[in-house]
Amino acid sequence: MKATTPAADRPQRRFNLLGTLVLHFRPRRVPERTLRFTLTWGLGGMAVVLVLLQLFSGLLLKFAYAPVPTQAYESLVRLQEGFLFGRLVRNIHFWSANLLVVVVCLHGLRVFFSGGFHPPRRLNWVVGLSLLILVLASNLTGYLLPWDQLAYWATTICLGVLEYIPLVGSRLQQIALGGPQIGPAALRNFFALHTAVFPALIVMLMAFHFWRVRKAGGLVIPRAPAEELAKPAMVPTNPDLLLREAAMAMAVIAGVLVLSLLYDAPLGQPANPGLSPNPTKAPWYFAGIQELLVHFHPSFALLIVAALAFGAFYLPYLHYAETPAGVWFASATGRRTALAAAVAAGVATPLVVVLGEYAVDFSAMMPGLPQALSLGVVPTALLIAVVAGFYAVMARMFQASRLESVQAVFVFLAVGWALLTATCVFFRGQGMELRWPF
Amino acid sequence: MKPSKIQTPGAQKSKEAPAEVTRRSFLNILWAVLGLAALAEFLWLTVSFLRPAKPGSAESETDTVVPAGALTAFAPGTVTAFQKGEFYLVRLEDGGLLALSCKCTHLGCTVPWVEKEKKFLCPCHASAFDITGSVITSPAARPLDTYTVTVENKIVKVDTGRRFKRSRFDSGQPVYPPKE
Repeated sequence: MKATTPAADRPQRRFNLLGTLVLHFRPRRVPERTLRFTLTWGLGGMAVVLVLLQLFSGLLLKFAYAPVPTQAYESLVRLQEGFLFGRLVRNIHFWSANLLVVVVCLHGLRVFFSGGFHPPRRLNWVVGLSLLILVLASNLTGYLLPWDQLAYWATTICLGVLEYIPLVGSRLQQIALGGPQIGPAALRNFFALHTAVFPALIVMLMAFHFWRVRKAGGLVIPRAPAEELAKPAMVPTNPDLLLREAAMAMAVIAGVLVLSLLYDAPLGQPANPGLSPNPTKAPWYFAGIQELLVHFHPSFALLIVAALAFGAFYLPYLHYAETPAGVWFASATGRRTALAAAVAAGVATPLVVVLGEYAVDFSAMMPGLPQALSLGVVPTALLIAVVAGFYAVMARMFQASRLESVQAVFVFLAVGWALLTATCVFFRGQGMELRWPF
Repeated sequence: MKPSKIQTPGAQKSKEAPAEVTRRSFLNILWAVLGLAALAEFLWLTVSFLRPAKPGSAESETDTVVPAGALTAFAPGTVTAFQKGEFYLVRLEDGGLLALSCKCTHLGCTVPWVEKEKKFLCPCHASAFDITGSVITSPAARPLDTYTVTVENKIVKVDTGRRFKRSRFDSGQPVYPPKE
């Protein structure tokens, strides 16, 4: 490579800063087909841009914010009213934070469905999921900082869930809160985590993430199910890839700016520990958990979340017979099973939510049993039976391989989760009762 | 100096019986143990740094006992809210006293007492509790937590320093002031 650099590549040596700094993560040349927009949808790059926006806007906010309960809210009011572009900077921080969660999730889905988690990319799947968790943690810790009613109570119920983790739950909650309820200590903890610990971890893991992409030889190369990979045609990274990325980055920044100009980040009444609003909902990215809590005993809801998370981390290590990297939905059968799974979850989830609300009450049906059994063991066992049955049906009906069946279960659970989240965000009103949002 | 190049009798022997401890492997183990000990110390330091001040420390003990008022101020069948200590003082119909935490046992929202329905109603997720703090409507799984109540010289005092969890209400929980 070093000795036989093609003459066409040479001019880029003039851009020394670009060549030594930005291209450090990059190969000199990339396979032409990986540039296809519909392979990546630019999601990884979008996430990077959003993280950078977060870092810059967050840095500015840090000069205006006072992490003390008595001053936090006022400092934000002052920021919004007294600082030049203060409100805009806060809006940018708010919008890029929320978009980041969406983009990172979509990026994970893209990688999964285009087979980007097979060897040699298995570890990078784990790194990516860790990044998702860190992004969620950053969002949650940032949620408390405005110290308004929304922030205070959403964080209260998120931390309230911690108590149900067996053995260590209460202690974890104690450490996070630093006292019997959310107060100065909790705000201090959250501020430190939000502005130092999580950003540092995210930046470090991002570097590792990119390095692993390069180690794997770049992105998966898109192909049709039966197509064999020949030697791919290569194009120079600069300008073919960089120009596309720059265009995407500018589009993202423009989009965030437009959103920030049109829609303000919420700032409600100052926090009042004596008055809980009705209803109190968790931030939208945790609304799925809150919806689970409506249907399951809290310990079991957490168990289900933990099992889902573990399953997601373990996905690449299930010893698949075939590893079709670059083929969307693994195969033609994979597409059919994924579609069937999406339809099944799309029907089953709303049905279960509605039945649970109006018809089926496990704790009333089994009055003699403690709630841990009637709202815990019984529905959890039902859920496991449904998922296992679904896996078996997929394997039998579609002659699906392990990879295709696992993918179908993944789709089933992911669609179910998305619908639970939507239910809690849009369809739950006062006292968490189902209602029509329009 | 490169110790690995030196052929000592011990090194010769270790080739035949690899389990034997050479000076090198012994020192390596020592380093590993020291390293782990240092790591454990750092972990312990971090955890104790982050742990909140222990309940029952000298400072908290003096602060936590809240004088709620004269016994006669609490008529049977009433609920009195104390904003500062964040608890309710409940006088049951039979004269028993209970100090209930105002935090919902489900996820920690503040539950207001609704006089009209004689219930504590959680605004967040619709849990309901009766006057003894027992659950009427889930999702809450256990009754409201309690604080210790004492009656001294017809003055009711509540120790807010420690919150007690309970799985059900029983007759041993209310405090009955001495009869006149």
